[in-house]
Amino acid sequence: MKRILATIAVAGGLAAMTAAQAGEIVIGQMTDRTGPTANVGNPLADGAQDYIDLINSQGGVGGHTIRMLEVDNQYKVPPAVEGYQRFKSEGAVLVGLYGTPITQALTADLQKDKIPGTSPGFGTAASADGAAFPYLFPAASSYWSQAGAAVEYAKQQMGGLKGKKIAYLFYDNPAGREGLPVLRKLSGLEGFTLNEFPVPAPGIEMDNQARDIARRFRADFVISHLFGRAPSVQINALKRAGFSLDKVVSFVWGASEADVAAAGGFEAAEGYAGLQFAGVGDDFQVRRDIKAMYKAQGKDVRESMASTVFYNRGLLIAALHVEALRNAVAANGGKADVTGTQVRDGFHQIKDFSLGGLIPPLNLGGGDHEGGGWTRVFKVTKDGFAPASDWFKGYRDVVFGMIKEETAKKN
Amino acid sequence: MFHRESGYYKTTYASDSALYPLPIARFAVAGFAVLFFVVAPLLVSSYYLTILNLVGIAIVGALGLNILVGLTGQISIGHAAFMSVGAYTAANLATRFDLPFWITLPAGGLMAAAIGIIVGFPSVRIKGLYLAISTLAAQFIIDWFIVHTPAISGGFQASIQVPRPSVFGIVLDTQRELYMFILVTVVIAIVIALNIARSRIGRAFIAIRDQDIAAEILGIDVRRYKLMAFAISSFYAGVTGVLYTYYSGVANNEFFPLVVSIDYLAMVIIGGMGSVLGAIFGATFVTLLPIAIDLVMTSVGPYLIDDAGALSGIKSHMRLILFGGLIMFFLVVEPEGLNRLWLNIRSYFRVWPFSY
Repeated sequence: MKRILATIAVAGGLAAMTAAQAGEIVIGQMTDRTGPTANVGNPLADGAQDYIDLINSQGGVGGHTIRMLEVDNQYKVPPAVEGYQRFKSEGAVLVGLYGTPITQALTADLQKDKIPGTSPGFGTAASADGAAFPYLFPAASSYWSQAGAAVEYAKQQMGGLKGKKIAYLFYDNPAGREGLPVLRKLSGLEGFTLNEFPVPAPGIEMDNQARDIARRFRADFVISHLFGRAPSVQINALKRAGFSLDKVVSFVWGASEADVAAAGGFEAAEGYAGLQFAGVGDDFQVRRDIKAMYKAQGKDVRESMASTVFYNRGLLIAALHVEALRNAVAANGGKADVTGTQVRDGFHQIKDFSLGGLIPPLNLGGGDHEGGGWTRVFKVTKDGFAPASDWFKGYRDVVFGMIKEETAKKN
Repeated sequence: MFHRESGYYKTTYASDSALYPLPIARFAVAGFAVLFFVVAPLLVSSYYLTILNLVGIAIVGALGLNILVGLTGQISIGHAAFMSVGAYTAANLATRFDLPFWITLPAGGLMAAAIGIIVGFPSVRIKGLYLAISTLAAQFIIDWFIVHTPAISGGFQASIQVPRPSVFGIVLDTQRELYMFILVTVVIAIVIALNIARSRIGRAFIAIRDQDIAAEILGIDVRRYKLMAFAISSFYAGVTGVLYTYYSGVANNEFFPLVVSIDYLAMVIIGGMGSVLGAIFGATFVTLLPIAIDLVMTSVGPYLIDDAGALSGIKSHMRLILFGGLIMFFLVVEPEGLNRLWLNIRSYFRVWPFSY
C-alpha cells in the first residue's frame, strides 16, 4: 500500500517532465534482452539503437533529433503493457513491438490511441490487411508469406511441384503451426504431397522426425520452421539421417549465425538455406557508416554487430521508422510535433526504399501493411551466408486472399 | 498507538463476527476505499493506472493461489494453465454468443474450477513435491490441448480477439475505465478470500495444512476439502485469465507460460503464505519491483554510465539481479514474508512509545 502511495505521489512530478521537448521526436522500441528470446532481442535492439544514433549524428530527421525509448519486455505481456503506456505518456508517436503475444495484446490499444506500431516477424498473418488493422505494420514477411515463399523456392529448386513430396518440420506451438494453412492450400493447388512433422518443445531432439523424413516419407524437400536451439539440432539430425541440406529451406527464425555456429560452423552446415526478410552480411553502406560513427567517437563497435542476421533486422526496423517519421515531418511542414496518424501516413508513403539492398522493395501503401511479403533466400557456404535468390514473393495472390478471408471472418 | 483493541466490547453475535470489529480498522478500510475508488481514478495519470491495473490482476491470481498453497498446504505449478482455461472460456463465450462480461467472468472461473478439480485429484493421494510434478504435467497437458483444438483456440494462431467489456452501453477501453472494472473485481475477490479464511471451509483448509491425518480424525472430509481448495483456487485463476483477456482485448495461450505459474508462486511466498494481506503484498511487490527498478535506473543510470547504448543492456540485466537480490533480502530479513514484516511494524507501534 505504501508503495502504491509513493508511486502516486511521484506521478504528478513525472507527468510534468514527460512533455515532449521541441525539436525532438519520441519513439518507443520494445525488445527482449533478458527473456527467452534474448538471443534475438539483443542484436536487434542494438541495431535499431545504432541506426537511430547514426541518423541523429547526421542531423536527425528534418533537423529534429529522434529519442528512442527502449523497454525490455522479456517476452511477457504485463511488462509490455506497462512499457507501452510509458511510451505513450512520454509522447511516443510510433512504437516498435517485439513478440507475438505482445503484438496481439497491444493491437487494440494502438488502434484506439492512433499510434502506429511495427511488428516485423511477429503477430498474426492477418494483420497485413491494412483495412482491418490500420495502425499495425508487420512490414516484414509474415509466416504465411514465408510459407508461400518457401514453396516457391522449393518449386524453383526442383523444377516443378507436381507429384513431389514436401515435409514441413515445425515447432509445435501456435507460431510454428501458423504456416500450416498456407502449405495445405498450396499442396492442393500445386499437387504436391505435404507431410507434417511437429517437434514438441523444447525441440532439442529431432532424430525420429529426421529419419522419418529421410527414410520413410522420402521427402523431396524440407520446409522447416523452428525456434531457439531447434534449428541447429535439425541441421545435425537431418545430416545424420542422410538427408541433403541442399534440399532444406528454413523460415526466418531458423537461419542465423548463432544457429549455424551451434550446428558446428559454416562448413558443417553448408547448403542449408534460410528465408530472410532483411539483408544478411556485412557488405552494406549503412553498416560501414555505423562503424565510421563508432570510430569517430573513438569507441569499438558492439559485439552484436557480428550477428548480421538479427542486427540487420534491427537496422531494417529502425530505418523504416525513420523513413515514416521523415515523411510525417515533411507532411507536417517540417515541424517536429507530428501525430501518430501522420506517422501512419508516413508508413503508407514508403515505397522502394532499399537502404543499399538491406531492405526489400516494400510498398506499404495500398492496404498491404506487409509491403508485399518479400523474402530472400540466403544459403550457408564455407565463408558465410550467400544470397541464393533475389528478393521475391511467393504465391502473393493466394496468401493475400487468405489474409482477406481471415479478417473478414473476424469482423 | 493507532491500533488499540482495549475498550471495545462485543455485545452481539453480529459484532463478534464482523469482518473488521475495531473502528480503527473500519476507518482504515473506508480510507483505502476512498483512496482507490475516488482519489486514484481522478488524480492518477493513465500510465500509473496501468501499473495499478497490472497489480490488481496479479492480486486476484495471488489470492487464489494463496488459498491453495497458503491455507490448504497443497501446491500447484499449473496455475497459468487455469488462467488460460478461464481466458479461452470467456473469449469463446464473448465472441460466439455475445455474452456480457458479468456472465463470461464467472463462467471462465467455473470452467477453470472444473478443470482444477480434475487436476487436483492426485492431491488426494500425494502431496509435496509429487503433487508439484503432477500439477506441472497439467500445465503442459492443458496448454497442448488448447493449442491443438481449433474449436477452443480459434485457429492456428491460438488467439481470439475479444471486445472490451461494456457497462450500460459504455465500452470500457481506457485505462481509467478498465481500472474501475478491475478494482471492483479485486474488491469482490478480497472480500470472498477474507471470508473463506475465517469460515468453516477456511478452518478445514488450515487443519489439513497443519496435519491432514489429525484433520481427518477431527471429522474433516480431507478429500472433499482438498478438491474444494483446488476448485476455489482455480476459480480465482480462471477469473485472472478472464481479466487479462478483457484487459488486453485478446485471449492467447502465450500469455500464460510456465513462468507465470512460478511468478504467482513467488508472489504467495514473498507476501507471506496463508494471509490475504500477504497475497496482496506479494502481488504488489512482484509486479511493481521490476517496474520501479527500471524507472529508477532509467533516471539515475545516465549519471552513472555515459554510454547510452550500453546502458540499456546493463539496465535490463541489473533489473534481474536487483529483483532476485531484493527477494532474497526480504526473505532473509523475514522468512515469513512481507505480511509478517508488516505485522512486526504494527505490533511495534501498538505499544509505542513503550517497548512492551
